[in-house]
Amino acid sequence: MGSVPDFRLVGKPIERVEDLRLLRGRGQYVDDLHRDGMLHAAILRSPVAHGKIVSLNTHEAKALPGVRAVFTAEDVSRGGEALPTIPLRLAPLPELEKFEQPVIAHGEVHYVGEPLAVVVADTLAQAEDALEAIELDIEPLPAITDRRAGMTAIRYTAVKGDGLNVSAPYVRRERFSVQRHTAVCLEPRGLLAHWDGAQTRLTVAGAAKVPFATRRTLAKNMDLPEDCIEMLEFDVGGGFGVRGEFYPEDFLIPFVARKLGRAVKWTEDRRENLLASNHSREMDCEIEIACERDGRIVALRGRAWVDMGAYMRANGSIPPRNVAQFLSGPYRIPNIHMESFAVLTNKTPVGTYRGPGRFEADFFRERLFDMAAKDLGLDPVEFRRRNLPAPQDMPYPLATLDRPEKKEELDSGDYERALQRCLDEFGYSEKKKLQGELIDGRYHGIGVTCFIEGGAAGPRESARIVVDEQGQVSVFVGSASVGQGLETVCLQIASDALGLPMERLAIFHGSTTHVKEGFGAYHSRSVVMGGTAIQIAAKELRAQITRKTGRDVPLSEIDLKSLGPLSAEGTFHNHKHTYAYGAAAAHVAVDPKTGQVELIDYVTVEDIGKIINPLTATGQAVGAVVQGLGGVFLEQLQYDEHGQFLTASLADYLLPSATDFPRIRAFVTEEAPSPVNPMGAKGAGEGGIVPVGGVVANAVAAALAPLGIEPRSLPLSPPKLWELIHRGPPG
Amino acid sequence: MKLSFELNGNPVSVDVPERTTLADCLRHHLLQTGTHVGCEHGVCGACTVIVDGDAVRSCLMLALQADGARVTTVEGLSSADALSPLQAAFRKHHALQCGFCTPGMLTTAHALLTEEPNADKARIREVLSGNLCRCTGYIPIVEAVYEARVAYQEN
Repeated sequence: MGSVPDFRLVGKPIERVEDLRLLRGRGQYVDDLHRDGMLHAAILRSPVAHGKIVSLNTHEAKALPGVRAVFTAEDVSRGGEALPTIPLRLAPLPELEKFEQPVIAHGEVHYVGEPLAVVVADTLAQAEDALEAIELDIEPLPAITDRRAGMTAIRYTAVKGDGLNVSAPYVRRERFSVQRHTAVCLEPRGLLAHWDGAQTRLTVAGAAKVPFATRRTLAKNMDLPEDCIEMLEFDVGGGFGVRGEFYPEDFLIPFVARKLGRAVKWTEDRRENLLASNHSREMDCEIEIACERDGRIVALRGRAWVDMGAYMRANGSIPPRNVAQFLSGPYRIPNIHMESFAVLTNKTPVGTYRGPGRFEADFFRERLFDMAAKDLGLDPVEFRRRNLPAPQDMPYPLATLDRPEKKEELDSGDYERALQRCLDEFGYSEKKKLQGELIDGRYHGIGVTCFIEGGAAGPRESARIVVDEQGQVSVFVGSASVGQGLETVCLQIASDALGLPMERLAIFHGSTTHVKEGFGAYHSRSVVMGGTAIQIAAKELRAQITRKTGRDVPLSEIDLKSLGPLSAEGTFHNHKHTYAYGAAAAHVAVDPKTGQVELIDYVTVEDIGKIINPLTATGQAVGAVVQGLGGVFLEQLQYDEHGQFLTASLADYLLPSATDFPRIRAFVTEEAPSPVNPMGAKGAGEGGIVPVGGVVANAVAAALAPLGIEPRSLPLSPPKLWELIHRGPPG
Repeated sequence: MKLSFELNGNPVSVDVPERTTLADCLRHHLLQTGTHVGCEHGVCGACTVIVDGDAVRSCLMLALQADGARVTTVEGLSSADALSPLQAAFRKHHALQCGFCTPGMLTTAHALLTEEPNADKARIREVLSGNLCRCTGYIPIVEAVYEARVAYQEN
């Protein structure tokens, strides 16, 4: 039997196979699908943040031309039965069940955008017109828009050593906050559900991220066996954590398709996307650092509050869990006690967004570190260097989280070396001379921070490789594509493992039809989990072929046509996370007259263990940085004091454009393979975004140090900075 | 309402309700789904097509306004078999990830380079700033368009 496969394609900047269709307009996104006779759905959403539904009259709407049906909670609950709710997919607990979102509002509404009714019509225009004809009377109730007035759904605590009590000669306590913002995938969500009564078969196109988990929830809520439901994944226009979780529409559209015995399509518009897809990031904290005079950190402690919106959604537990557990980031801190509170308000519910809880934690921690370094008279880079774990400290334990208990340890790496590489690429020793300098009317500032990125969520992933009678080879994997280039990296891995050129392989992913079980694409898991499962299946297939032919050679040397059909399965089990790590540096110039910040240079260096494709790894790093810069400077989901949503278009919610941040340099390295999987790969793709808030805010703080200004909240928009500059330092 | 126009070099006729946008006409009546709809309010640029040489947002234009016009979509930018030089440059520079904004980026860049084959990077950035991308951070897109200039200069 062949030993570890040679890496022939793995590690090379292979141009993506996906691009051949996507560049020619031949991709197939869910709204591109057409089914003869399909109907169109539109959803009536609450215009009120909190209120009692007095009446919901659909009579007139139902009579409009082309309208086939209008469904409300009455139709879903089948005369008094409890409405189905959306269970927590990650870290579920019985005590959180009462905060789960029902699939449609009944009795009361709890946020602007909550679904109240579904109209199904022959055309989308008819369905949308009919929404206007529904008579809705909601009696407003007081809306909670400030988490300080909200109810805590759950408190998480991350503990290491005696973080609560240990003290040190230097202590500083600060408050910081991050604004509500989110992923805003360019492709809106969509579904095309079809019910075949004769076959008792429900087909749902538009699955993404976690199709098997979605099927499990859908089967339970629709009272169907799982194998009567087929979730189909097509091209997906961006995920970033938000797309593919179970939303009310993931129940409502299949439900109405089944009721009508027809195919029903729904595509959210951008207003719905901003209103109804998961929000994220809205957090504030009060944290304290305790250090020796030489800068060695003794303890980190405090509390964070997360505005969860109106319900605990499928992965809503992750931002509050992560901010508590990863507040310490990549640093060696012996004593930690961090609590986080998930607080309910009358806003859109919250879920994960690329680097969930970690972007926020890095902003909080790195701001505090720069303040501490300044107080102690230390160069901020030297302060960090003194607190990074050494390679011999690995595996290095993080704080342990409760409810349910979760231990974590950093797996491998020379963190100081990555920091040094970042400083070298950035030209830190030259650039730091600009610190706080006023040049041509603008203050210059430099920030440097370190970060980690968790990846490779378990518990397992499956793959299957099939050789048919014609000798065609197909690779099936339970991982999902959200636009990150999954097909190419999986084919690189499969090609090397089988000893067949990529062109001879077909890849299938995501849909529930391909493998017995799959776990999808979250927590940067696809390369490590799906890739390793493919390697295991390939090894099994080669063993079968060796037994048949007596030869153990690359499959390109075998006449597969004479051997087929063959099938081999592989499952990779893993309960340990990988930790990619690195450092980021930013150089900004701030115009004190306007509060405008120009990003003059930005460097990110991340070691991601074995690199599968440097082209896609670097591309995702750059893209993640720019996405993070949107959160630092531009993006904010805003509500008024009544809980009315104010940013329902891309003219109100600003995304970075091509002219905003032209100078980003990303370097990925592979010096420290992960010991927790055979390839040595680490989850990657989120790391770019994690440090952006902290490093840029530190650069802005350094620039404005001559004015005594310390930004403590994001976004660093011109009006906000202007106010800080012209109002002067608080107190 | 009946209308006729030239789509990617071929004459087409279609009967659509008056309120149909050009984007919906292309996607849902002519089943040319390469053109994507990302916001329906003219901000994201994913639906950009070329009408009589100009890059326009097909979500802000009624199909009727295209009557008699020459329309090019992403499907018309290359031959059946090969990527165009602009598309090949996108692939080489990894200028797309999820691919949803890509048709609008390509049509915008194609219209720009056809008019201004010597556009510098600042000009390319300026013109592409009307097209949103959430994956790439724009840097590889600018590199790809810049590299593809050669193909337009030769023409």
